[in-house]
Amino acid sequence: MLYKKFIGKTSNPVLNTLERGAIKKFAESIGDKNPLFIDEEFGNSSSFNENIVPPTYTQTLDYGEIEGLIVPSKGLIHGEQIFEYSRPLKVGEKIKCYTIVENFYEKEGRNGTLSFLSRNKIGEDLEDNHLFKITEVLIITEAVRKVMEV
Amino acid sequence: MKNLSELSPLVMKPVTRLELIKYAGASGDYNPIHTIDEEAKEAGLKGVIAHGMLTMAKVSRLISPFLEQGFIKSFSTRFTGMVYVDDVITITPELVKVVDSEYYYQISAVNQKGETVVKSKIIFQLFK
Repeated sequence: MLYKKFIGKTSNPVLNTLERGAIKKFAESIGDKNPLFIDEEFGNSSSFNENIVPPTYTQTLDYGEIEGLIVPSKGLIHGEQIFEYSRPLKVGEKIKCYTIVENFYEKEGRNGTLSFLSRNKIGEDLEDNHLFKITEVLIITEAVRKVMEV
Repeated sequence: MKNLSELSPLVMKPVTRLELIKYAGASGDYNPIHTIDEEAKEAGLKGVIAHGMLTMAKVSRLISPFLEQGFIKSFSTRFTGMVYVDDVITITPELVKVVDSEYYYQISAVNQKGETVVKSKIIFQLFK
């Protein structure tokens, strides 16, 4: 079982800053010009007293590497994605991020065995308060797996 | 007053190659099946496909106008089909229930052929 031994393994936390410029670029790339994300004055006069972060932006942060876990850059299928937030995030916040291998399992499909790798990506504030959890499920087809095992 | 009970479907502009290049840059996802035709074809696709996360981000635009009233507590997506350049994606929300201050939505994104490419669920929680 390709990734079985990695279940429960975590990366070392990485400190990320929610950067104004990166968030503006992201909001523009998804076609969402919500002033709450990108207009500094609008953010300052909102109930948050700051701009906030688009809900899927956290996927792009740095969560560190799990030692020895190599995920192929080609041939993977993104099966599922879940974001769970405790509260909205503000531009400028500093967040500790790390990743955990949640599960690895196999299922028989029409075109051979499919392998499922699920990872969590966790964000915490500097006082270790939980802010969000992302769950990402990647599917590895038998064809890709054969190449990896050579 | 914007109404969380009657969200309207969103019809997206046709997907462009430039859009995929911009999203690759903004997200740091440089998997070449999203930007380079030869790589996409080698992977068995008929051309470059949109990042699943880009389509998911477009789904979140349904809720974007309401982010001063509450926040997205949970947002899950299953990627069920490929999105190609020139596809026109329609995002249709359905309010399933309201429990206390939480709005539960089921959302589907469908292409111009009527094929579902994304199925999402959102729980939006109003601020108290």
